[in-house]
Amino acid sequence: MKTALGRLRGANNEGLLVAVIVVVVVAMSIASPAFLTPGTFFALVRSSMVPLVFALGVMLIMISGGIDVSFPAIAIFAAYTTMRWSIDGNLDLGLVLVFVIAMVVGGLLGLFNGVVIARFRLPTLIVTLGTQTIYKGILLTYIGSLYISAGELPKSVTKLSDAHLWDVPGGGYLHSMVIPVVLVTVLIAWMLRWTVFGRSIYAIGGDEEAARRVGIRVVRTQVWLYTLVGALAAFGGMVFVILGKNANPQSIVGTELDIIAAVVLGGASIFGGRGSVVGTVLGVVLVQLINNNLVLVGIPSTWQRAAVGMLLLLGVTAQALGHVRSRKRPVIVKKEVEA
Amino acid sequence: MKMVAQPVLEVHNVVKTYGGVHALKKVSISLIPGEVHCLAGENGSGKSTLIKIISGVEKPDSGTITIGGKERSQLTPNEAIRSGVQVIYQDFSLFPNLTAAENIAMLSELADGRKLSSRKRIYADADQIVTELGLKIDLGADVGSLSVADRQLVAICRALVGEAKVLIMDEPTTALTHTEIDRLFTIVRRLQERGVAVMFVSHKLDEVLQISQHLTILRNGELVETGPSSDYTRRSIAKAMTGREVSEDRLLEPLDANAPLLLEVKNLTRSGDFTNIDLSLRRGEILGITGLLGSGRSEIAEAIFGIRPAESGEVIVAGQAHKIGSIRDAVKAGIGYVPEDRLTQGLFLDISIADNMVASSLDSYRTRFGLLDRVRIRKSIADLFKRLRIQAPNVTAFVRSLSGGNAQRVVLAKWLDRQPSILVLNGPTVGVDIGSKEEILAILREQAAAGMGIIIISDDIPELVSSCHRVLIVHEGRIASELVGDDIHTDEISKRLAA
Repeated sequence: MKTALGRLRGANNEGLLVAVIVVVVVAMSIASPAFLTPGTFFALVRSSMVPLVFALGVMLIMISGGIDVSFPAIAIFAAYTTMRWSIDGNLDLGLVLVFVIAMVVGGLLGLFNGVVIARFRLPTLIVTLGTQTIYKGILLTYIGSLYISAGELPKSVTKLSDAHLWDVPGGGYLHSMVIPVVLVTVLIAWMLRWTVFGRSIYAIGGDEEAARRVGIRVVRTQVWLYTLVGALAAFGGMVFVILGKNANPQSIVGTELDIIAAVVLGGASIFGGRGSVVGTVLGVVLVQLINNNLVLVGIPSTWQRAAVGMLLLLGVTAQALGHVRSRKRPVIVKKEVEA
Repeated sequence: MKMVAQPVLEVHNVVKTYGGVHALKKVSISLIPGEVHCLAGENGSGKSTLIKIISGVEKPDSGTITIGGKERSQLTPNEAIRSGVQVIYQDFSLFPNLTAAENIAMLSELADGRKLSSRKRIYADADQIVTELGLKIDLGADVGSLSVADRQLVAICRALVGEAKVLIMDEPTTALTHTEIDRLFTIVRRLQERGVAVMFVSHKLDEVLQISQHLTILRNGELVETGPSSDYTRRSIAKAMTGREVSEDRLLEPLDANAPLLLEVKNLTRSGDFTNIDLSLRRGEILGITGLLGSGRSEIAEAIFGIRPAESGEVIVAGQAHKIGSIRDAVKAGIGYVPEDRLTQGLFLDISIADNMVASSLDSYRTRFGLLDRVRIRKSIADLFKRLRIQAPNVTAFVRSLSGGNAQRVVLAKWLDRQPSILVLNGPTVGVDIGSKEEILAILREQAAAGMGIIIISDDIPELVSSCHRVLIVHEGRIASELVGDDIHTDEISKRLAA
């Protein structure tokens, strides 16, 4: 039985997160009049897009009981390689093909992660730490280490970089990449809720051995999952390149903490088996809110990293406490009425 | 015309070795629709291996498996499930993070090879089986929040949601109380009427005799006996399982009438759990505390050991009043405790036997300089290892590699090493096979004879009968009655528990 309060709180503390975000927004509005403007809002949307795509991937892996830190390397590897190839081949492949190539490259790198993890049953953190460095090394050694500027990028890409969906009166704009990002988000939410594959991810995260016993093909599901997450990272990498209007092989890697913090804050369980798209979106928004606007309210930017670190610890602590609470045995003895 | 029922599942001459060790040696078994077939055997006798082979999780080295008249040479879990073989594992193998409905229906979704999942269909499927079996389960609740008994019901429903022809239940009653076991048996009989072949794996002999029509006994991977259950008695089964006579009579030396009081508990109360508990324990006495699950018996033990302290009441150890507010207080007062779930609460599984034994008493091995006295530690370890007859190559073996009975002995060693004057054991032989159980109880009786006061919290009536001087029966947080000496026998305890 759920109490009204419990319902409000949400299955993965989503309600609590909304409350925190509201408090932060109110506090920042009071601290700085510059905060509460359409410009700030749309900048927040813009800066949340890439982290959200990455966070969705991290969330999927976390639900399955693992953790992935190789996604930034896969993202920039796939995006940069695709750009490099189109420039070196002097081709403008068109947007669709560019995205397809990048996602195939990302998918293959994810596949490698998945095969190593699922077949040899290795700890995901160590494997992805390793592949992160390997992918980055290959990228810098064999593909290229030079910054690609806006002028060099294929025209179809740069054209999209400048495509605004809506210029807001009073400053700020909505970038058109918001459409594919929202689509992908909805698609993943649908997959988790309505497909057997999605439910299998939850099942594996809940109890891997039990999953094997009921006939879920654990290895196959994991391999597909890591491939999907690789392709997702590549998609995020392309959005990153388009928004930034440049391709820098040294970028993205190093942003893992923000993403993982967002996912954990969003209620995905580091113990596996729990997580929701809504929670992840909220987590990303909260982290970006803090990242973008601490300066605005007068906190030096040097504190930004520490703030994100604290958020991560906060999220994990909240989860661990909830975990302990849920494991406590219910008291079965009925209370005796005092005479 | 009378038809002889065809076996729905036949295992023929199955052999399985793990790294040269024979887990199963030419075992054959056949299951007939509508029959409950018991598979009995001690831990390590090969029961689990046989289940894994039938369910397709492990492949046999040689031998054949025939399901529904068709030989299956490459049996996978999926194929086993599709051909109607369902296993309810001892740990239930449920997903704690998913709802009861989803746990129940997931199998059929997978077995049907569906790609899309529908919440509506899942609830409908789950609801159908729950109603059919006449059960009450909160389908929308996460399984992690359900009680153990309800989880088992979920596991049963899950197994039956498809067209199960063979149902294998691995130690289904371990975590259940008497009433819950009765309910489980009702369900099993209902399944039998539906023509399901049930394989019931257990080492609780009463249950084996009560529920099954046919019996197969394994020992050390070999099939030692098989036949109609009516041909067996508790004693003959126990003998077949262990290969030696096992006695279940009262095995206690009578208590010295002048033995001094070791422990006195007066008016111990914690609201919602137990009220006004008075009890006493004398030197050399073994006191049993029993009651239904949720009666408060474990809570009383936990309060005496300070895990969850009582709100009011007195605890007097050897004439001296002690305030037990924490585990430290209890240890200082000379009380030891062996917890209910020995595997997760009592032992470090990936550490050696030796280190486990001294883990809780390292303080007492400190030298003048605050360092550990290795010579003395090694001596105690060797002594305990021998005294408790732990079967392991040597003291450096990991606890994880031990069988249940031996692991339990390591826990005992850990507490004996602190030399407590009072030892409280919660379910000391839960999940332990007959042979080891006898030995554990023998060790406890020895310790009592040497002057220790022992309290056993237990559900296992034969154990209370064989090894307790006195038995207290707890009902709804109060001590309802007391049995002393020869008044302690199986029927009397059962009667009082049910009252």
